[in-house]
Amino acid sequence: MNQHQALYEYLLRLGDNALILGQRLTEWIGHAPALEEELGSANVALDLIGQARGWLAYAGTVEGAGRDEDTLALQRDILDFRNVLLVEQPNGHYGDTIARQYLFDAFHYPLLEALHGSSDQHIAAIAAKSCKEAGYHRRRSAEWMIRLGDGTTESHTKLQRSVDTLWPYTGELFTTDEIDRALQSSGVAADLTAVQQAWDEEVARTLKTATLQRPAAGWMQSGGKQGRHSEQLGYILAEMQFLPRAYPDAHW
Amino acid sequence: MAACEPTRTYLRCVSANRPLLSFVSVIRSDFANARPNTDLMTHNIDVSLINCIIFRGEPSAVIPRIAGPSFMTGKTLMHTQPAHTEVEPRCSAEALAEREQAFQAKIDADIKIEPKDWMPQAYRQSLVRQISQHAHSEIVGMLPEGNWLTRAPSLRRKLILLAKVQDEAGHGLYLYSAAETLGASREALIEALHAGQAKYSSIFNYPTLTWADVGAIGWLVDGAALINQIPLCRCSYGPYARAMRRICKEESFHQRQGYEIMLTLCRGTAAQKRMAQDALNRWWWPSLMMFGPPDAESSHTQQSMRWKIKRHTNDALRQKFIDQSVSQADYLGLTPPDPELKWNEQTGHYDFGTIDWSEFWRVLKGEGPCNRERIEARRRAYDEGRWVREAALVFGAKQTRRAPGTD
Repeated sequence: MNQHQALYEYLLRLGDNALILGQRLTEWIGHAPALEEELGSANVALDLIGQARGWLAYAGTVEGAGRDEDTLALQRDILDFRNVLLVEQPNGHYGDTIARQYLFDAFHYPLLEALHGSSDQHIAAIAAKSCKEAGYHRRRSAEWMIRLGDGTTESHTKLQRSVDTLWPYTGELFTTDEIDRALQSSGVAADLTAVQQAWDEEVARTLKTATLQRPAAGWMQSGGKQGRHSEQLGYILAEMQFLPRAYPDAHW
Repeated sequence: MAACEPTRTYLRCVSANRPLLSFVSVIRSDFANARPNTDLMTHNIDVSLINCIIFRGEPSAVIPRIAGPSFMTGKTLMHTQPAHTEVEPRCSAEALAEREQAFQAKIDADIKIEPKDWMPQAYRQSLVRQISQHAHSEIVGMLPEGNWLTRAPSLRRKLILLAKVQDEAGHGLYLYSAAETLGASREALIEALHAGQAKYSSIFNYPTLTWADVGAIGWLVDGAALINQIPLCRCSYGPYARAMRRICKEESFHQRQGYEIMLTLCRGTAAQKRMAQDALNRWWWPSLMMFGPPDAESSHTQQSMRWKIKRHTNDALRQKFIDQSVSQADYLGLTPPDPELKWNEQTGHYDFGTIDWSEFWRVLKGEGPCNRERIEARRRAYDEGRWVREAALVFGAKQTRRAPGTD
């Protein structure tokens, strides 16, 4: 794989993470536990989908095949999606959503912070803007982790279970493959070892404050970054891509 | 809004000086790209803004009354009204008549009534009814459009729709806050809605079947709402009038967005145009009903007009809406589903066919296509979210106990 292809794949990973998590969050709108959470969830979703537009538009340019952000988001099938499995997991109850969000945010923020210094100027620019947003996201989801973890017995039990269930999806955030390695050597991609260290510290601190147990290290899920997804993603795409696929000659 | 960052405001839990969970909306530059000429910064909502709306004055000068949602602080959301809502101070009939006269004189002189001013009980009740119905409509109104959030046809459209639905949640928040200045509590109002005791706009009991419905709602439903709401910016009750000024700005943006969706569809493929015409067919009559029953049958109009809560009659506003919408439909190349629609040289207005008021009363009574599912969706969200709100409340109480030096 050459640098060019690696860059395209890398951008899809960044864009698809943001897109799929943003899409998941929009499912909450109208159904959140409080009015303030409608606003908060919508805000995070707006940020993430906005970021996805940036990454995917750039991916389309790098690919050079005339595909734009919408073609990439709405006309690609499951085998070509590159998001991590964590973000495609179902919303579940609000604790599941918060745990998923927090585990991702704790990764997303240091990742974007690192990419701010990317040798690729486009990546650095998108990361600079996104990083600020991701900081807010992490602050919000960490606050909720603490409130639900250290709230009532019921909320504590529920959230611990959410964390336990989602934990096996966190390993994939930090696995590196030839794409990462190809881009890391040229300073384009982030060093995931450093990101993982930041994540470990952040998550340990929040779990402790939230009176939650860190699940034991164990077997981890993987595959999303290479296009091997869980069954969840097919349904997300079926819904998200319905209109452009049903009316391929239409503009909206 | 000098106190706010230009692009982002973080709600703060004032009492605990703790960053609050919800930080509220702004639409960013990617959004501005979609429609560069629009003042998107008006999409900012924050505590000081709500304070501004409710209490007038500069954000910094206002005592932070709203310390975040009540479930975060463990306190009732607003303490603005020294609850003389239940029991009127005892006074003679003469003194009361004098007060009422003075009150009406203020209204007649276009002086705004503010939360701490004396007001007749019926005025208060009438406002709580109207403002809470409006708040409920914003919240229930998130559902039909929210139905298309996961299926918007492009990322740009998805962001615009998401921001719009988010605005509606924000409007609900302003309006519940305005109702709270009259002594009502948000929780009680919401529970009344869920128990079927409070009304909301019947228009949201109709389904959104195609993407064109999202356009039609923006164009017609928000358009009708805007005509209804613009006069409310001059309503005699200060907090409501100020909330409405803000809301109307955003609604007008929504209406233009909706019309732009329709325009794109009408310039698109045959299938898209069919969708657009079908949406117009289904939303036209219910939109006309949004102005309420004919003046002769409207139970609240006369008194509301005397109090300057309402400024125009239902029929006058409806006519205005029809006049404006017919030419807009023309420009789209669509035909409203009313064969009797005809320009009348003499009146300078469009004549129109008979509205089926039996449908209006039926839907109002609960027998519309989506009444049950709309309320059920709201109730489920509220019930399933209870443990979350309780956890936040309990956590807040623990924090207060843990904090050194607190009583």
